[in-house]
Amino acid sequence: MPFYRNIAAKIALLPMIVISLTVFVGCIIYSFVYSLTNSKLVPVMNYVGFDQYERLFKQRKWDVAVENIFIYGFVFTIGCLIIGFLLAVLIDQKIRGESLFRTIFLYPYAMSFVVTGLVWKWVLNPTFGLENSMHMWGMTWFELDWLVNRDLAIYAVCIAAVWQGAGFVMVLMLAGLRGIDEDIWKSLSIEGVAKWKSYIFVILPMLRPMVVTAIVLIAAGVVKVYDLILALTSGGPGYATTTPAMYVMENFFSRANLGQAFAASIIMFISVVCILAPWAFYEFYLRNKYANN
Amino acid sequence: MSTIPKGSRPKHLTVGRIGLYCFIIMCALFFLMPLYVMIITSLKDMDEIRAANILNLPKELSFYAWPKAWSQACTGFVCEGLKPGFVNSVKITVPSVIVSVALSALNGYALAFWRFRGAYFFFGLCMFGAFIPYQVMVYPLLKIEDFLGIYSSLPGIILVHTIFGMPILTLIFRNFYASLPIDLFKAARIDGGNFIKIFFYVIIPMSTPITIVAVILQVTGIWNDFLLGLVFAGRDNQPMTVQLNNIVQVDYGVAEYNVDMSATILTSLVPLFVYFISGRWFVRGIAAGAIKG
Repeated sequence: MPFYRNIAAKIALLPMIVISLTVFVGCIIYSFVYSLTNSKLVPVMNYVGFDQYERLFKQRKWDVAVENIFIYGFVFTIGCLIIGFLLAVLIDQKIRGESLFRTIFLYPYAMSFVVTGLVWKWVLNPTFGLENSMHMWGMTWFELDWLVNRDLAIYAVCIAAVWQGAGFVMVLMLAGLRGIDEDIWKSLSIEGVAKWKSYIFVILPMLRPMVVTAIVLIAAGVVKVYDLILALTSGGPGYATTTPAMYVMENFFSRANLGQAFAASIIMFISVVCILAPWAFYEFYLRNKYANN
Repeated sequence: MSTIPKGSRPKHLTVGRIGLYCFIIMCALFFLMPLYVMIITSLKDMDEIRAANILNLPKELSFYAWPKAWSQACTGFVCEGLKPGFVNSVKITVPSVIVSVALSALNGYALAFWRFRGAYFFFGLCMFGAFIPYQVMVYPLLKIEDFLGIYSSLPGIILVHTIFGMPILTLIFRNFYASLPIDLFKAARIDGGNFIKIFFYVIIPMSTPITIVAVILQVTGIWNDFLLGLVFAGRDNQPMTVQLNNIVQVDYGVAEYNVDMSATILTSLVPLFVYFISGRWFVRGIAAGAIKG
């Protein structure tokens, strides 16, 4: 096919091609190359091998960040899936005011992470927040000091994140539930299978594509988490709720330690690839293979 | 008990259904609680906030906080409230949405109807970009924009939003165009339409629904963005989310929680407004973004 054929389409896609190559591919290469240098305030080509990575893995702060992202990733993903699925099932029960409830469960998803963080920061405020309310109602044993507690602060982040993200899972699951064939429900009810059993053992496995999509999208978002934590805890108390994304941003913009930031960002990138690769392999390779057979 | 979905609405309330309603209403209250707290806190004065329960309705309404959050609250040494941030957010969001939606529609059209060899390779590359953590690309992209002379400026942040919005929008438009009947396109070709004519006279008039979805997705996404605005917009063009965070997180002076909460509400008004008036379209946007082609 000669080059000038279909030239209009090629010109139209030129911006996408240029952006894909320079930004998406180019930036990763740039970051990787400079992660092998000891750049501080400005990027300099001073090759030091994998020193930055070695130093990174020795940092206590990085350990905490990685640990936090695992806790957050696990609790947030599981929390969103369980609550999202539960809400979808509830809404699927032919209830009155269905659209009202759907609106209520999804509105947090329309808000910014910063807003979510700031609201929960206020609700969980140890002096004036919910703890105080409970005390005023006579429940003086009630403790909700998560934001100032080193071990629990990350779970406060999880609550805020689940509050925001559960509605998104609900929408996906509800779309799946509405797509289930009526005959399946009829045969299940003729067989006398309990409602909750049918949902868990029959319907949930049928929703697998939805569940997988939800998990992948949530997991890809987990690695990026930055503004929520910045607004809610600023990484504190101390650096108890810091995350890899925060570690990178700090080293880029306030510590002038570019080499470290590049190395940490490359590790972030590699972990995203590790999450996505099996899914992409399944989605685009295996599925096509079976579809063609 | 009539619990078969898609049957008629149950006529009698059973114990099970009362329990169901109680549970779903409790869930709804949990989701509404932060919004409720946000609104009532913004209507109290500081004495009442310090003395009373965070969940109590205000004893007397105080509208002190709202004008202060809008035009007087301080970020550092500047005390202009959120107003400049709102203006900046509008100045960022409107052109970013227009440019990114137009470009992505063109991309989707070229990919769906004018495939050439390699087009889908670059499209795959572009989709891959949707999952790369921003932290990997932020610094190199900053260098690119610096080189182009648009770093820390309005065009700079608009370009960044266009780049990062492109993968998902292109996917949405491509999927929509691929679902249109191909005969339509063939007929237009036989009538002598070329790339540009068919786009303007055949495709664009049919694109209204998908364009609405794309615009909603972009307006909420760009309005809620924090990280990109912080890095690329520059001091003079900081979006509302960044200014909100600066107002609330000031280190000195007495914290005014009512002002903080009014500012938080003001910042989320635009996305919430979009969400409440667009309802179903918003949901369609989520589904369109989630279901990979």
